[in-house]
Amino acid sequence: MENDKIKSRREFIRGGARISLALAMGGIAGFAAAGISREKWVWQIDPFECTQCGRCATECVLTPSAVKCVHAFDLCGYCDLCGGYLKPNSNALSTAGENQLCPTSAISRKFIEEPYFEYIINENLCIGCGKCVKGCTSFGNGSLHLQIMHNLCVNCNQCAIARSCPSNAIRRVKASEAYLVKGDFTKD
Amino acid sequence: MNKGSKIATRFLLVWLLMFTLVTGMYGQQQRFPKPEFESGYAQPHTLTPEPRSTAMEWLDVAVLTAVMALSAWFVLCKRSRQGILWLSVFTLLYFGFYRDGCICAVGSLQNVALSFADPSYAISVTVLLFFLLPLIFSLFFGRVFCGAACPLGVIQDLIIVKPISMPSWLRKTLGLIPYIYLALALLFAATGSDFLVCRYDPFVGIFRMDAPFLMTILGVAFLLTGLFIGRPYCRFLCPYGVLLNWTSTVSKWHLTITPAHCIRCKLCTTSCPFDAIDRPTDPKVIKGSHDGAKRFLVYALLIPVWMAAGGFVGFKAHIRLSKANPDVYLAELLITHPEVKKDRDNIDVQTFLSSAKTMDQLVEEARGIRRKFKYGSTAAGAFIGLVIGMTLLNQVIFRRNEDYVPNNGACFSCGRCMDFCPVERKS
Ligand code: SF4
Ligand code: SF4
Ligand code: SF4
Ligand code: SF4
Repeated sequence: MENDKIKSRREFIRGGARISLALAMGGIAGFAAAGISREKWVWQIDPFECTQCGRCATECVLTPSAVKCVHAFDLCGYCDLCGGYLKPNSNALSTAGENQLCPTSAISRKFIEEPYFEYIINENLCIGCGKCVKGCTSFGNGSLHLQIMHNLCVNCNQCAIARSCPSNAIRRVKASEAYLVKGDFTKD
Repeated sequence: MNKGSKIATRFLLVWLLMFTLVTGMYGQQQRFPKPEFESGYAQPHTLTPEPRSTAMEWLDVAVLTAVMALSAWFVLCKRSRQGILWLSVFTLLYFGFYRDGCICAVGSLQNVALSFADPSYAISVTVLLFFLLPLIFSLFFGRVFCGAACPLGVIQDLIIVKPISMPSWLRKTLGLIPYIYLALALLFAATGSDFLVCRYDPFVGIFRMDAPFLMTILGVAFLLTGLFIGRPYCRFLCPYGVLLNWTSTVSKWHLTITPAHCIRCKLCTTSCPFDAIDRPTDPKVIKGSHDGAKRFLVYALLIPVWMAAGGFVGFKAHIRLSKANPDVYLAELLITHPEVKKDRDNIDVQTFLSSAKTMDQLVEEARGIRRKFKYGSTAAGAFIGLVIGMTLLNQVIFRRNEDYVPNNGACFSCGRCMDFCPVERKS
């Protein structure tokens, strides 16, 4: 008899605690609902904020990094002497490997018509170091820039690069507009 | 003209043009106009591969719910350890290796904390569900999430070889770490400083088969420990486990070791790798139990003292803790060591110096964050004090146990002990 009493008392207390915890969870849900979004969020680099510090190549949880250089062809001047392709102090004016800025020779150059050249990034080789971006931004049109490629990125809950980006250039964007490609969006 | 001098002339021209343009319009957009091609050249498109779709996130939520529902059915109705085992393998493959461990319920508590503290932070519904669903299930069925649906849990569960039993005092003491970790994780997330739980997740590197060297070491160390100490991360670190422990303690239904009535055969006592089975109360202890009232009172009165002490320690620690925030760290560094401004290799400092942000702005921001830390870490300290006080109080609360029963809070609903009970199921 006494055992039964203890049991039912315990049940009562547990029931009460259960209800309060359920209410607490409801509260959390309700509160969080204020800032809720039906969208999925992904990480992206704002090319206007990025200062090409080089951390994109080293801080990503993936090796090689999910950050790659993309080319906004619309902005490109198709220059012969591309600031993103050739080292600024290249002694011989040739396109030999030692004169290329890219450490992995990921950029290929193709003659289009006099005097224009097209530059294409091979994403399989690019490591996201941003060297070409720096060159293109300082000497050219800035058509080369870094973006997080979403076929590679595992969408970490907190992007490891965002945490260490000195320019705070990485932010969350809606998955439906997952890229901040130059030319398609303007700095607000 | 030979080729070399041709290029050189063009080089000069380009530079001249650039110089005029740059000085002319200040800023760099479109220094060289886009050419008008005559050869019918078709410009390629910039490739922007789509991320995994939102629909797939909902699939994850559905899979999580299904795994937990099945897990609850296996432990409560079917009483099948086999079922749990296969579910665990599925979870390891799906949430672990296929989904690369992100997002998980454990990490999601930081998103929730941040969305509370920062109204501009948008949390997606699926992430909120990842946080809430396991807790709701736990409130009804116990920690079925831990048993079969948590990728971090199952990877440890599947490698248990020879678990050793730990003395209760050691378990209780180490068991305080998750509370401290929880408090710190919430504090860091809410101040927008860091997602500690994700950063120091020991297993996510294994799931991705790619991690910085130190994290790999940490993961392997946990797994090696896990061969002999069942689920070390779950028991002595996991911050989400704290919440699951609370909800599971008062769960409506919970796994039972015996299908009918415990006959106290003691066969199950060594079956639990996590020391989560409570024994029947010793009759001698029952006799002495009425002295407990006074001690209970003393311990209960001590709780506010613990909280005050914890709050004080938290307050004292806030300056140190706030340095985990990059802005605070940078401001502090620039003030105490102004000579770093000359250090060309310090990327953070150099970037700040060349940015449009002024020192005053930085300091103002850092002050704001530090203020948040002041309140946050005092509260965190008080919370830890409360937990210590409650743990001590628990030692003197007398509970009468008749049988061998799983400790609802600590039990992971793995189902191992069920197979050890010789009692037949009631028909
Ligand atoms: S870490 Fe930031 S500043 Fe550095 S390259 Fe990446 S986006 Fe640019
Ligand atoms: S220089 Fe760096 S960022 Fe540019 S293409 Fe090469 S690897 Fe990629
Ligand atoms: S979210 Fe993760 S995988 Fe994606 S870029 Fe950032 S660190 Fe790399
Ligand atoms: S189900 Fe049994 S063996 Fe598994 S954790 Fe709970 S008490 Fe221990």
